[in-house]
Amino acid sequence: MRYLPLTDTDRQDMLSVIGAASIDDLFVDVPAEARLSGKIAGLPDHASELSVERHMAALARKNLSAGEAPFFLGAGAYRHHVPASVDHLIQRGEFLTAYTPYQPEIAQGTLQVLFEFQTQVARLLGCDVANASMYDGSTACWEAIGMARRITKRGKAILSSGLHPHYVSVANTMAKFTGDALVHQAPTLDAVTDIDALIAGIDKDTSCVVVQYPDILGRIADLTPLADAAHAAGALLVAVVTEPVALGAIKAPGAMGADIVVGEGQSIGVGLQFGGPYLGLFACKQKYVRQMPGRLCGETVDAAGKRGFVLTLSTREQHIRREKATSNICTNSGLCALAFSIHMTLLGERGLRELATLNHALACQAADRLTQVPGVTLLNDSFFNEFTLILSKDAREVVRNLADRDVLGGVSLGRLFPDAPQIGNGLVVAVTETVTPEDIETFAKALEEELA
Amino acid sequence: MTMLKEGRPTAPQAVTQSDAPPATVTGNRALMLEEALIFEIGSTETTGVDFADAPKVVSRLGSLARTDAIGLPGLSEQETVRHYTRLSRQNYAIDLGLFPLGSCTMKHNPRLNEKVARMPGFADLHPLAPQSTVQGALAVIHELAGWLIKLTGMHSVAMSPKAGAHGELCGLLAIRAALEARGDARSVILVPESAHGTNPATAAFCGYKVEDIPATPDGRVDLEALKSRLGPDVAAVMITNPNTCGLFERDMKTISDAVHAAGAFVYCDGANFNAIVGRVRPGDLGVDAMHINLHKTFSTPHGGGGPGSGPVVLSQALAPFAPLPFVERQGDQFVLIEEETAQGHHGQTFGRMVAFHGQMGMFTRALTYILSHGADGLRQVASDAVLNANYILRSLDDVLDAPFGQSGPCMHEALFSDKGLAEGFTTLDIAKGLIDEGFHPMTMYFPLVVHGAMLIEPTETESKAALDQFIMALRSLARRAKAGDEALKGAPHFAPRRRLDETLAARKPVLTWSDPALAQAAE
Repeated sequence: MRYLPLTDTDRQDMLSVIGAASIDDLFVDVPAEARLSGKIAGLPDHASELSVERHMAALARKNLSAGEAPFFLGAGAYRHHVPASVDHLIQRGEFLTAYTPYQPEIAQGTLQVLFEFQTQVARLLGCDVANASMYDGSTACWEAIGMARRITKRGKAILSSGLHPHYVSVANTMAKFTGDALVHQAPTLDAVTDIDALIAGIDKDTSCVVVQYPDILGRIADLTPLADAAHAAGALLVAVVTEPVALGAIKAPGAMGADIVVGEGQSIGVGLQFGGPYLGLFACKQKYVRQMPGRLCGETVDAAGKRGFVLTLSTREQHIRREKATSNICTNSGLCALAFSIHMTLLGERGLRELATLNHALACQAADRLTQVPGVTLLNDSFFNEFTLILSKDAREVVRNLADRDVLGGVSLGRLFPDAPQIGNGLVVAVTETVTPEDIETFAKALEEELA
Repeated sequence: MTMLKEGRPTAPQAVTQSDAPPATVTGNRALMLEEALIFEIGSTETTGVDFADAPKVVSRLGSLARTDAIGLPGLSEQETVRHYTRLSRQNYAIDLGLFPLGSCTMKHNPRLNEKVARMPGFADLHPLAPQSTVQGALAVIHELAGWLIKLTGMHSVAMSPKAGAHGELCGLLAIRAALEARGDARSVILVPESAHGTNPATAAFCGYKVEDIPATPDGRVDLEALKSRLGPDVAAVMITNPNTCGLFERDMKTISDAVHAAGAFVYCDGANFNAIVGRVRPGDLGVDAMHINLHKTFSTPHGGGGPGSGPVVLSQALAPFAPLPFVERQGDQFVLIEEETAQGHHGQTFGRMVAFHGQMGMFTRALTYILSHGADGLRQVASDAVLNANYILRSLDDVLDAPFGQSGPCMHEALFSDKGLAEGFTTLDIAKGLIDEGFHPMTMYFPLVVHGAMLIEPTETESKAALDQFIMALRSLARRAKAGDEALKGAPHFAPRRRLDETLAARKPVLTWSDPALAQAAE
């Protein structure tokens, strides 16, 4: 019990101050029938640091980590190299073990980082303002739909077929209880995005159109016509970015007229972590800021006139407005936002553009090589670092078999869209700077044997 | 500064004009360094990373290539390390001292947890990797789930909620799905007024009408008021136990029985589970759903506001409605039940609440902590958390008003009020005074049922010596606030910043940095 500093002598001294005979006496308000007298059965007792570390390391070894194999998975989570200084800095105790900055005079470190983070995110996404992060991209996407409902007083959201299916699932789960009507169709294996179909679907009941950029199949399209059509009908355009590195190479959604831009920030600084914790990005136009969910950090001055930062506009939040709050969110992803912000500071604009260029170039090389494999065609000729291959057989089986050869070769559309068997031969392949020419060659050869 | 004979400094005194040090030209004060924003010190041409040259290819970006300036300043690696290291030194943190935020629960974060979470076998796994390649990760989820079920005496657990408030959503979604499955449309959630603000916000977010249930004078749910409000329109009661006044709801079992008899469900806000872990199982009290804040009870670091993690334990009645995905053991294999595999035999799930599997990085940390403590250690955790809180309560209740000091032992947090302070002196002054004494303030003005509330949660990881120093500081501050010591109104005097103007920040929100020269030119 190395984390508990009290000695038995301390405990006795403290009990005498309290005027209780034993610690059990402090639990007298628990109904007797619910008071456990001994340890809960079937659970082991405490263990040494060494033995716990061994146990966990043994479990870790049962996994094939991304770095141990040629790795091409994306579809909403991306493997990028994170500079060593990022992890070093986020492990500083003053960041790692701090709480929400409720006392700004002794939380200026966290607050300044959040202010810088908000500015970085707003600029990257092409928006006026950003909040101080949310749980992840999928929940931020749902919050954006709720925000559009509050702004437009309409309850019908049109979701692009290229939106990540898990994001669609999250929205569907929530919509059952909020009464929003969600319009969504599964994708087809079509090289063209559904922009025209989305425009055709907008009507006077539409609160927002939600479109992913680049989309789940890796396709990219100009969002400007969609934004214009939405605005003409009094609806908002919500853009979803699951691979923010892309914005080092392609236009920002905000610059194409999106009103709310949300995203998954995991790509920058955070790491794969088997799905979490991740980092929800959330930005919008200035005029909608008071309808925004989540924490905001703002600049102000202290009693001596020095610049400082505080959490602000908290009258939108649950701890002030309770059932009238813009969201029930209380926790953000502060430490992940810190990692994002540090990584982005190390990159800077120049580094981000170089990183994006490298990702795109390697992805182009991989696409060219993989389409030389018999039985493989490339769906989308326009992409950033992720594209869809159409295989000559069900991609689910191919992915499983590749894994048995220690090749992690993409995400099958069958796994993502079990209700749409007609796209089961689709394989989404992501290529980042962590992929080497040798990895591409190994993948291509393994794929050739699987499809033979 | 005046010195005692032993050479130690006396208590801090107001600095007289003649003692005031001259201002420095940099704004720095020795080790306390001012730090400009990255936008003021970085440039878009500077970078702290090197990449291999990109192979020459024909771009496939079409007309979408980003040509405009983004406006992202970069710093070299050393500048980056300095920037963030300097900023870190302007933060209070649990590694520096007592962090007595009631209801937030700030305890020691063991570093073994961090080491384990960074093992490549956990940290470098893709959430959609083939299941045969992630058996160890699925085993971690399964093993942690097993502990949570046993510790709470519940039937099953939903691991994917991303934080406590997200767990509340999960619980209410399961309740609503269960009610709908039996064709029972109910519209009201009852929430005691001492509840966390997230509770009513969550209920409203799920489309429910929220009604308050008052507290009794001794700080607990008014059982009679609750019983009289129960009826066929009530879907659930959201109750916090131990509650936000730091007290155990003695009538919990009676409440649960009455709620169930009325056909409704009991949601327990489990934010305070650390007070009873290993000593009380919520399942034995009739709870149907309860979230567990892994960062609070099981010590995963909260990093300046998050991430959190909020698995939700469920009763047998709610288990079939649990969200996707979840992990099942099938023979020697662990299987992730998600959309692809959920067809048919998990038809009652209410769906998915988050893109992937929840906070895996928090699961590894929490499991590491749980295994380190074991069943015996976790029981001691609750024991020491409650002992420490009662020690604080009894060591201060002669100088600070303890509104429920006679309502029985407190659990893991001690509640005081501003009653008896001098005219014009508030809880805020005591809080800011604590900053000067080197402590993070307690939770202020919460719960709302007490005027000028001060909610103090020491947690089990504080030593008696640390508690005694904190008590000494608070006793001194209480006396000064009662005596009307004007110096206290100016606190904090020694923090990196004096009191910050929060009104200005809200009235004229400045949420992003813009170049002052450009801003001026635009005006």
